[in-house]
Parts: sequence; structure tokens; C-alpha cells
Amino acid sequence: MKDANNEQGFVVFDHVQKSYDGEVLVVKDLNLSIGRGEFLTMLGPSGSGKTTCLMMLAGFETATHGDILLGGKPINNIPPHKRGIGMVFQNYALFPHMTIAENLSFPLEVRKMGKSERDQKVQRALDMVQMGSFGSRRPGQLSGGQQQRVALARALVFEPELVLMDEPLGALDKQLREHMQFEIKRISDDLGITVVYVTHDQTEALTMSDRVAVFDDGRIQQLAPPDQLYEAPENSFVAQFIGENNTMEGVVKEIKNGVALVQLDGGDLIDAKPINVSKAGDRTRVSIRPERVEYNRDRLHKDAHTLKAEVLEFIYMGDIFRTRLRVGKNEDFIVKTRNAPDQVRLKPGQQIEIGWLPEDCRALDA
Amino acid sequence: MSDATNNGPVLSADGMPLKRSLAKALRREKLRALMLIAPLLIFVLVTFIAPIADMLFRSVENNIVEDTLPQTVVALKKWDSKSGSVPDEPVFTALAADLKVAVEAKTHTKLGSRLNYEMTGISSLLRKTGRRVDKWDLEKDAPFKEKFVDVDKDWADPEVWAVIKVFSSKYTSGYFLNAVDLQKTPSGIEPRDEDQRIYITLFMRTIFMSLTIMFSCILLGYPIAFLLANLRPKTSNLLLILVLLPFWTSLLVRTSAWKVLLQQQGVINDILVWIGLVDDGNRLIMINNQFGTIVAMTHILLPFMILPLYSVMQTIPVTYVRAAKSLGATNWTAFWRVYFPQSVPGIGAGCILVFILSIGYYITPELVGGTKGVFISNRIAYHISSSLNWGLGAALGAILLAAVLILYWAYDKIVGIDNVKLG
Repeated sequence: MKDANNEQGFVVFDHVQKSYDGEVLVVKDLNLSIGRGEFLTMLGPSGSGKTTCLMMLAGFETATHGDILLGGKPINNIPPHKRGIGMVFQNYALFPHMTIAENLSFPLEVRKMGKSERDQKVQRALDMVQMGSFGSRRPGQLSGGQQQRVALARALVFEPELVLMDEPLGALDKQLREHMQFEIKRISDDLGITVVYVTHDQTEALTMSDRVAVFDDGRIQQLAPPDQLYEAPENSFVAQFIGENNTMEGVVKEIKNGVALVQLDGGDLIDAKPINVSKAGDRTRVSIRPERVEYNRDRLHKDAHTLKAEVLEFIYMGDIFRTRLRVGKNEDFIVKTRNAPDQVRLKPGQQIEIGWLPEDCRALDA
Repeated sequence: MSDATNNGPVLSADGMPLKRSLAKALRREKLRALMLIAPLLIFVLVTFIAPIADMLFRSVENNIVEDTLPQTVVALKKWDSKSGSVPDEPVFTALAADLKVAVEAKTHTKLGSRLNYEMTGISSLLRKTGRRVDKWDLEKDAPFKEKFVDVDKDWADPEVWAVIKVFSSKYTSGYFLNAVDLQKTPSGIEPRDEDQRIYITLFMRTIFMSLTIMFSCILLGYPIAFLLANLRPKTSNLLLILVLLPFWTSLLVRTSAWKVLLQQQGVINDILVWIGLVDDGNRLIMINNQFGTIVAMTHILLPFMILPLYSVMQTIPVTYVRAAKSLGATNWTAFWRVYFPQSVPGIGAGCILVFILSIGYYITPELVGGTKGVFISNRIAYHISSSLNWGLGAALGAILLAAVLILYWAYDKIVGIDNVKLG
């Protein structure tokens, strides 16, 4: 988060709504302020409205209600080609009938730039993505990763201040995707551009962004930096959506000293941090990260409530151990532990007791 | 082993060259494939390829003179057609002998019609002579020269003889020369009389009108296809049915409908007169000319342009145009620089379809073309079914076929046939 706290953001969505058919709102009352130089990711399942927001910002969809401001000016009535926003598309959208150099030169040509200046900028942009020697190739002759680099270079070559990316890494394999995440992050930091990035891949969102806006059902469920999003989800959707998560349902018995005592539907009592519950009797869904679950009784607070569990499966994953437990009726309770010399390797069938620090377990909305 | 593989052909495990081994392995599959297509292949060969080959062969075949007048042809070899004099008695004797046989077999009338293509009057000359020759006695009635000239003085015309001599060979280029408004004369190849030169004009007109129809189809079809490709599937399917509707209507009905619309007392003229744009005494002539043919054929061939265009345009993702716009291109630039080049394969496919269909179109020009709007195909049909000059019809057809193939080849060279997509 660089200067997202400006009183007026660089990109502002002000009470924006969007409906395609006049019956259903795809985007419901969106308010979002993006700071200059910020890398903001819109994350969400498909159909959550994130791509629609991006398209409204790019100018390919019009907002049904509300204003979108860019640099303080409303852009609702400015056609896409006058917005000066760079965009990287999901399938790159490199023009197949032009060479790579022609593709990059296109935005400069339509800006009536001279040939020598064009060539210079094209070469610089290609060098920036390490594709300097590919100028004369056609998009069809490049691999997915190379096309991705070119698409990035094309969106940047005319030096826009804002670049939109619509699931740009979706078509790449895992290794390449991870590599490109760093590459995109590095370039955007180097150039100091503002990036609005749309993805449904949470790892991508967490590793690249300054802030992540989690979308669901046409609303932003939570807008926060990655660490907060992961560690302090504000509702059960975000908790479920970001990272792996164990959830249990129950009723709040009492809230005391900032710790809620929750009676699970199975009857067991646990401690949790109240987030979306306010009083005894509220139904809640508690969520605990697999790596915050502790089964070494010595490391737990002596008054801590614990649950009985049976080990169902132990999976060795190299850097971590992943253990699947049965807790009450839930057979999918996951515990992750770091592979360390002193770490216990649980065996299937073993009966254990699990617990956690109350602040790691969040009592969210039901 | 490694030495062997480096120096000679690659061997398979049993020492046979790998290529041969592979061919053997694939032979069964190839045979199977051949068996599967055999019924269609035989059908096409018998009913399509063979008749066409036979027809094309007729454009150069010329056995009839030698078959009907074998002795005359031999005797004529000694005669110099440029001498300006009538051949000597032996030729007439041979002719009398040949004709006697021919009259018996009734083949002299066929010869008459064949030679009549080259020189009018020979048909009746042979008929007339045939009737008389029948009564002659080859032994007693000699010499024949006088007798032939008695029957018809045309036999004293060296040109008649020249024609017989020129066309006495088994194969002739005469039909092809006729098809391009030339003729074969004793003194070499000459242009035909000016009032008989029609084929070059017809060929040029056919190509010019086909091109006009093709461009009209592009102009009318491109926006339609663009609209179809960019609408919601439900709406575009409905519109597509409207595009296909003409396919389900009889060609004759559609052409007749154009007659009703375009004729001088027709709907369009009536409306124009009624709103006062056209004077009643001065109604527009829109049919039985080139305009009528172009309008009716553009309408009929339009689906052949729209369909390939539509299927190509459907495959152009909307993101290309969006990408162009996001890069700063105006609507027009985005269309012209990004969308249009990608739709060119569709235009190519449509053009080939429409052009090749229209260059050989027959029924519509026949009905609405009048005299000025007919195509070469109408002339071919005339020679095949009315004048029965099959040789000339075949020659015209062969030239048309060659023209289409050359245009196709040129298209491949310029645009590239890989650039043609039907979807």
C-alpha cells in the first residue's frame, strides 16, 4: 500500500452498480479507492463481478449507476481509446496478423508517433520483458509464456499510468505462472505504475498485491493487504476463500475478555476470537488455519479447551506434513506442520487432542 | 549396428529397410481406406469424370470427315488449296464413291452439319448432292466433275474444297479457334467476320459481371455477417434463418420474383412512377439487361458470401478489438487494422464461392438477362441443346474451366489458399 491513503484515490469507484439485464445486479454498490502506484488485485470466484468492474474501468462496459473517476475526473463518458489505460487480456489478444514488433508499435502508431521514436520504444519495451530478439516473429510462433511477456510489453509500451490485467496468467503452467508473478510485480514496481489485477487464483493475489479486494456476489467482501486478509478474514466467505481453512459451526455461549466460548454442534466447547458475533446465543462459524492447530499439549495454555481427534491420514509433502483428522463428525479437519527434526509424525488411527490459541480461531458469521 | 544406421538406410529389427517395412505395415490400412471410398469413387468416375472427359475430348475430335470421305481425303492430299483452282477428276471420283457409301449409311447429312459450322451452305450442298449421287453408277457415269458441278455449282468453288481439306485431319483446333472468335482457313488462322465475333465479348462480359456480382455480395454481405457474428446467439440464429431462407426457395421462383419486381410494368417502376420520381412514359428498363442479371444473381448468391464470412467472423474473439481500443485505436482503426485483416480469409472463401458459381451460372441470366445480360454458359447451353455444335460447346466449356482454374491458381499465388476458411 503505497499512497492509498490519499484523500482522493487515483482510481475511484463511487457507488457503482452494474446490471446486464435490468433484473439482476452483477455489481452492487461498489466503492473502492485505488492509490497511485498501488497494485490492487480483485480476487473472487467466477461470476463475482470482478471482471465486470475491470471492464467498466477499461470502458468496455458502462456502469448502470454511479461514477468511476480516474485521476479525479469521471470517465463514464470517455470511450476506451481515450482513457489511456493499458490492458493485458486473459488470452493475450496479440494481433495474429502482425509481428511482435508491429503489435507493440500499434499503440504508438495510433498516437502518431514518429518511426524512429517508435522503434526505440518498442525495443526498450521488448528488452524490459527479455523478448528483445523476438520482434520479427509472429504471435503464433511464440510459447504461452513468451506471448504473455509480449502482451505485457504491449500494454506498457505507450507508458500508461494505469494498467489493467484480466487473469493474465490463467493459461500458463504452474512454474511459469509463479515466475511471471514475480516478473510482473518487479516491472510494475520499477515503473511505478498503478495496476488493477483480476484473478481467481488466491496465491497470485497474495504474492503480488499491495491490497486485495475479495469479491463475491457483486460486493467487496474484504479489502485488505494480503497478510491481513489471510490472518484476519472478516467473514466466513473470505476465510473459506483465502487459503486452506477448517470450519466448525456452533453457538456462542459467552463472550468474556475478548474471548468467545463457543459450543460446537457436537457439544464440545472451544475458545475463539469474536469477529462477527456480538452476544451469547449467536450462531457462528469458527475458522482455524491448519497451520495454527496444535496437538502438542505442552504448548497450549493450561486452561485451553481442546478437542479429541483421530488421525485418518498422514501425508508427507516434503516441506510440510499434512494430517487429516476426524473431529466430531468432520472427517476433513486438516493440520499442517512444518517438517522439522523434532516434529512428531502422526500415524493413522492415533487418538490425539488438538487445541489452539484463542486469537488464531475466529468466530465469524454463520 | 550404429555404423549401419549411419551409412545405409535405416533397418527394422528383421533387417528390412525401415521405409519398406513401414509401407508394408500401412498397406492394409490404405487398402481399407480405399475400399471405403470405392463406391463413391466409382460413382463419380462413371457419372461425372468420364462424361466430362468425353465432352472435353469432343472439343478437338474431328473424325467425321475422314470417316465419311476416306478416299476423298486421300485424293485431296495432292491438291493445293491455295492454287485457286478446283481439284482434278480423281478427287471427284473419290467423292462420288465415298458419298455413295455415305448416303447408304445416311452419314452424309451429319458431315453436312459438321462442315456447315465452318462454311454455311455445305449442309444443303451435301444433302442435295447425296440425293443425286445415289442414282449414279460409279463405272458408267464417269467422269464426275461435270456432274457434280451440274448438281450444284458450289462444287466448282475452290473454297468448298479448301474447307473439306482443312478439316480432314482427325483432330482439329477449329472449335477452340471458333471459341475465341478466330477461324481456320486454308491460308492460316484468321479472325472471324466482325458480325460473328461474339465469344470474346461474352467471356469478358461473363468475367466482368461475375466480378461485379462478387463485389456487390461483399458490400452487402459483410455488414450482415458482422452483425450476425456480434449479436446474441438467439437473435443471430433468427437472422441466420432469414439469410438461409432463399436457399429453401426454388431458384426459379426467386428469379421470377425479380421479373415481377423489375419489369417495366413491375412493382418498382410502379412505385417510382407513383411517387413521381420517374415519368410514366419513361419507365426504367431494369430487366433483360446486365442490371437485371446482376441484381438477381447478387440476391441469389449472397448467402454463399455471408455464410463463410459469418463463420470466420465468429471465430474472431471480441478481445482483439477491445485490445486495439485499449491501446488507443478509434473504432474505425480497430476495425480496419485489427478486425478486417482477420476476416479476410472469410472474404476469400466467399469470393471464390460466389465467383466460381456465378461464372458458370445459367438459369438466372437465361431468364432475366435478355440479350445483353447473358453469360457464356447460356451460349454453351445453346450449342449443346439447340445448334448441336457439341464441339464448339465443349471448346467453350474447356476454356471456361481453364479460366476458372487459372483464376484459382492466381488466387492461391496472391492470397494463398490456406487463407481460405469456411469456418
